[in-house]
Amino acid sequence: MKVLVFLELDEENIRKSSLEAVSYAANFASQVTALVFGSTSLEGLNSIGIAGANKVLQVTNDRFKQPNIMAFSSAIAEVVALENAETLVLAKSSTGDSVAARVSIKLGASLVSNVTEVPDVSEGFKVKRSIYTGKAFAITELSASLKILSIRKNTVPIKTDGATPEIVIFTPQMDEADFVVKVLSSEKITGQILLPEADIVVSGGRGLKGPENWGMIEDLAKALSAATGCSKPVSDMDWRPHHEHVGQTGIKVSPSLYVAVGISGAIQHLAGVNSSKYILVINKDPEAPFFKAADYGIVGDAFDVVPKLTAAINAAKV
Amino acid sequence: MKILVCITHVPDTTSKISFIEQNTKFDQNGVQFIIGPYDDYALARAVELKEQLGGTITALNVGTSETEPTIRKALAIGADDAIRIDAEPTDAFFVANQIAHIARTNAYDLILMGRESIDFNGGQVHGMVGALLGMPSISPVMTLDIDGNIAKISREIEGGKELLEVALPFVAGCQEPIAEWKIPNMRGIMSARSKPLVIVAPFSDLVRTTVNHFELPPAKSGIKMIDAEHIGELVDLLRNEAKVL
Ligand SMILES: Cc1cc2nc3c(=O)[nH]c(=O)nc-3n(C[C@H](O)[C@H](O)[C@H](O)COP(=O)(O)OP(=O)(O)OC[C@H]3O[C@@H](n4cnc5c(N)ncnc54)[C@H](O)[C@@H]3O)c2cc1C
Repeated sequence: MKVLVFLELDEENIRKSSLEAVSYAANFASQVTALVFGSTSLEGLNSIGIAGANKVLQVTNDRFKQPNIMAFSSAIAEVVALENAETLVLAKSSTGDSVAARVSIKLGASLVSNVTEVPDVSEGFKVKRSIYTGKAFAITELSASLKILSIRKNTVPIKTDGATPEIVIFTPQMDEADFVVKVLSSEKITGQILLPEADIVVSGGRGLKGPENWGMIEDLAKALSAATGCSKPVSDMDWRPHHEHVGQTGIKVSPSLYVAVGISGAIQHLAGVNSSKYILVINKDPEAPFFKAADYGIVGDAFDVVPKLTAAINAAKV
Repeated sequence: MKILVCITHVPDTTSKISFIEQNTKFDQNGVQFIIGPYDDYALARAVELKEQLGGTITALNVGTSETEPTIRKALAIGADDAIRIDAEPTDAFFVANQIAHIARTNAYDLILMGRESIDFNGGQVHGMVGALLGMPSISPVMTLDIDGNIAKISREIEGGKELLEVALPFVAGCQEPIAEWKIPNMRGIMSARSKPLVIVAPFSDLVRTTVNHFELPPAKSGIKMIDAEHIGELVDLLRNEAKVL
């Protein structure tokens, strides 16, 4: 089966979740072609091959530098036809959602989001996808001949045994109607681990009392090479930026370890974290509901426990 | 300004999720249904935009007659009228097709909905509706302001946001902090009873995906409690069991 993978960039590197999508495709495809918009470091291009792609189509035209949902969708539809791809794979993301949906209409494809396992093609074409914010799965059948799969982050290990890919510069056809949304500016944290992609997340809740106390959360995150997150009231009160809000109505994470400090564990918060592999809860209230969903728990005052834990981890690393 | 707000009818965020009939059907027993939280943000912003700019708000739901209390709630919050497409919302393509059909005949200036539903979490409908109508679709939208024919939008991207400008009409998938959820007041609840709710037969029955069956994740194996005075034990577990150090 020929599979096309749509990639997203962080600076000049391929986003981790996009490499996961490449490896997902390589697990069942005979030929994996990856499509990337924008300039990429040589290391970035090679990482696509190592993750499992045979070929990389790179769009270097300046007009595709900024993420542009409509122009990306048109270009992807063009490449699917050129490459005779039978399946399009991409990482579920804020841009990926819209791109997948628009391509599915352009090409009459079946689209499934939040896929967690390789397709079962023994009878028809079925995939497992996460639903109810991680509380259940639906085994879903795709009926159209072209399939689009958006893959849940942190679900597929990135392969390390691929080869240097063939790299081809591709110039898509351009339709001015695809350039009507103007990007005025964009702000992005740089040099930090992105929360939705992170392998370890350290989150703080209202128990931390105020934004001035986040230093210890950041120190623990640094010791663990983790991203920082927070509960909804914390971002509602502007203690932390909105892109750190974890939960049912915020970012859904599925890291190897989720550390919750001073978060009670309301069901809406748990909905965003329950596909984490391990959960560590630090809370001064032994009755906090979060302990019921956790693997490791410490009952204690965060102001006392967190600095101790950070020191112990730092000491264990040397 | 004519605004269409598409709402889902979904289990309350505290619902226990379980399935019946050999795991082929969601168990509604004891479950409360609500307007999807993200759709509720879209509706709240629509009410604010109407207060500011004038116009009308139509609430649209694809669902069977059991969704009517949810639609009435949208009317109580501030929609002027509502349309219910009388069908099970079987997949995202089916729903998008219905919404696009209604939009084609009504020329809305703005089509708002949540970034995703909280039952299937697809995040597909806004993009599909945009593509079906040949309009831009923008999601997840964190702020939305309108000046004349032009909208300024901030959209969340991984680790940040971008500021966009686009001319009406377009489709937006909304999330916080676009507006605060609105709680219907007594007057809203009273007037909702007499606001028009039109029931329409589905325009097409095409679907492109079908759910074969549901599964639940395996239960957690139980918590290990660590004494704060013996933090080294936790470090050992993180290293040897969770393998994150
Ligand atoms: C529709 C809907 C959607 C929602 N979506 C989300 C969502 O996406 N994400 C989300 O997070 N919430 C969401 N909520 C809110 C949710 O219900 C809770 O209100 C919220 O998660 C509570 O945040 P918290 O745990 O930080 O605060 P609290 O519930 O106030 O908990 C604070 C915790 O800190 C502990 N604590 C206090 N001091 C200390 C100390 N010194 N050391 C250690 N522990 C301490 C306390 O024991 C307590 O357990 C939603 C609610 C609704 C209705």
